[in-house]
Amino acid sequence: MGFSDQEIAATLLSLKVAFWSSLFTLPVAIFCAWALARWQFTGKVLLDSLVHLPLVLPPVVVGYALLLTFGAQRPVGAALQHYLGITLVFNWKGAVIASAVMALPLFVRAIRISFETADRKLEAAARCLGASRFQVFLSVTLPLSLPGILAGTILGFARSLSEFGATITFVSNVPGETQTLPLAINSLIQVPDGEPAALRLTVISLFIGFIALILADRAEIWLRRRVQRS
Amino acid sequence: MSQPMSRIDIRARQRLGSLLLDIDLQTTTGGVLALFGPSGAGKTSVLNWIAGLNRPDSGRIAIDGRVLFDTEAGINLPPDRRGLGYVFQEPRLFPHLGVKGNLLYGWHRRNRHGRDETDARPEITLDQVVELLGIGHLLKRRIGGLSGGEQQRVSIGRALLAQPQLLLMDEPLAAVDARRKSEILPFIENLHAQLQIPLIYISHDPDEILRIADQVALIVEGKLVAIGSMEDVLGRLDLPTLTDAAEPGAVITTTVLETDDGTGLTVLGLPSSTGNMVGAAPTIRIGRLPAAIGETVHLRLLARDVALARHIVDGISILNQLPGVICQILVGTGPFVDFQLDVGALIWARITRKSAEQLKLAVGDPVVALIKSVAADPKKFS
Repeated sequence: MGFSDQEIAATLLSLKVAFWSSLFTLPVAIFCAWALARWQFTGKVLLDSLVHLPLVLPPVVVGYALLLTFGAQRPVGAALQHYLGITLVFNWKGAVIASAVMALPLFVRAIRISFETADRKLEAAARCLGASRFQVFLSVTLPLSLPGILAGTILGFARSLSEFGATITFVSNVPGETQTLPLAINSLIQVPDGEPAALRLTVISLFIGFIALILADRAEIWLRRRVQRS
Repeated sequence: MSQPMSRIDIRARQRLGSLLLDIDLQTTTGGVLALFGPSGAGKTSVLNWIAGLNRPDSGRIAIDGRVLFDTEAGINLPPDRRGLGYVFQEPRLFPHLGVKGNLLYGWHRRNRHGRDETDARPEITLDQVVELLGIGHLLKRRIGGLSGGEQQRVSIGRALLAQPQLLLMDEPLAAVDARRKSEILPFIENLHAQLQIPLIYISHDPDEILRIADQVALIVEGKLVAIGSMEDVLGRLDLPTLTDAAEPGAVITTTVLETDDGTGLTVLGLPSSTGNMVGAAPTIRIGRLPAAIGETVHLRLLARDVALARHIVDGISILNQLPGVICQILVGTGPFVDFQLDVGALIWARITRKSAEQLKLAVGDPVVALIKSVAADPKKFS
């Protein structure tokens, strides 16, 4: 069956947004997870709450908050536009930001558990072999936490694919620019005779979701086998 | 080759729950210093102090004059800058790196930072370690497939390849079964002889210590109770009774006089140090030892394996009857009395309170120590 340009555009855009969103979120999430798992600092509760807020707030509230922050008339949004030439509103980059914020708590939770359960005794052994804290993190903790990091990434990627509320509020529904699969489906079911097309997009969503989950499962089994103990 | 000596200065304290660890340990060791004592006494914490994994509340720690920790001077070197090796109770191998990756983990880092130029010892190479520990056939293997003993050998190799100035070992054989233990112990014995690395070794097994240690520091309830040669520390009856691990007994140094007396027994000569003896130097016969004439052998005699008589006894199966005098009598609360005897070496005998009363034994009395040949536990030292 042939896909319409709109369907192909929405599918590719969804994958693009989810990809960049995950890539962007991963280092931030690893940092947050590490800080929450290993450091004691004032404001820890605040950071923890801030990271988790998107999980409990209505997505539309998150989208509106982003709009209030990055809107063209707002200081941050204006500064981005003026100094870096980056526009987020009505732009796919804005959809990446919305997805990233919504996916962050899922990333952080999975990775944090990995860091908390990582074997501190192995880290101590590595320190005694001449590795600095950061070297230990790179050479021991991170490789051993890879299964958890991968699990978090898959969850976050899937969350980005399905992101709707924050995206439509923040960057609106512009075909070819910000209209990801869920937004396209939403548009189609609003119009007469749109349902067959909506169904086709739903099947595509299902297909992408399945592929992602199966790949994640395979990769996680492989990683766990690599780091397994005797 | 001259033995490199290591100067160890520890004066530090730390509150650990209900235990106040307060250690004042100043010594120079050329070989293996064993930390000995009951579990929970704080031995591992002392090792963690030295390694930098555990921070004393106050004090000063220096190895060979290099200050690792000093609260007054505000010095606390991180573990990776201390230049020590640490072998833990568990092998703690990195499961994602494989045997060779583990072995070279510290080696890469130490070499990248450059070795201390004041360190005159030759570099320890992978080939050397592989041969010393007999792990050549394991190099390509993954960690998961190794036995506990193999893992611990790789772990020792990994610590050695980091070119440590001093190697810390925390009961490296604790998690290993008896058969594997006898497989690894010779490697540890060889470490110092072949690589000239001083060792601090924790154990609560007197036999293990007897076999490898040159010096013993006894730690009980957070305090250093005694430090000295094995004979001094393990032979002091009042000390082992403080520990739950050791039975009272003595360690005596003997010389092999005959390897086989014709009946399969080895004859050992006692040092006869004190001049209380008349006639021939005292000897003791034990089961045949694979040792050469003139070699030094340490014997551990448990107090319960030594009996007492007033005179040489006829018509008895016990071959070793050593005349001597009573030096000390310790009457405990139990049904037993411990006697320290000078039979050419200081040994301990444990008999029942009832027998002691019947024999009316007093300090200075001449007695005969009866030692079964099968009881003595010899440890050979090269």
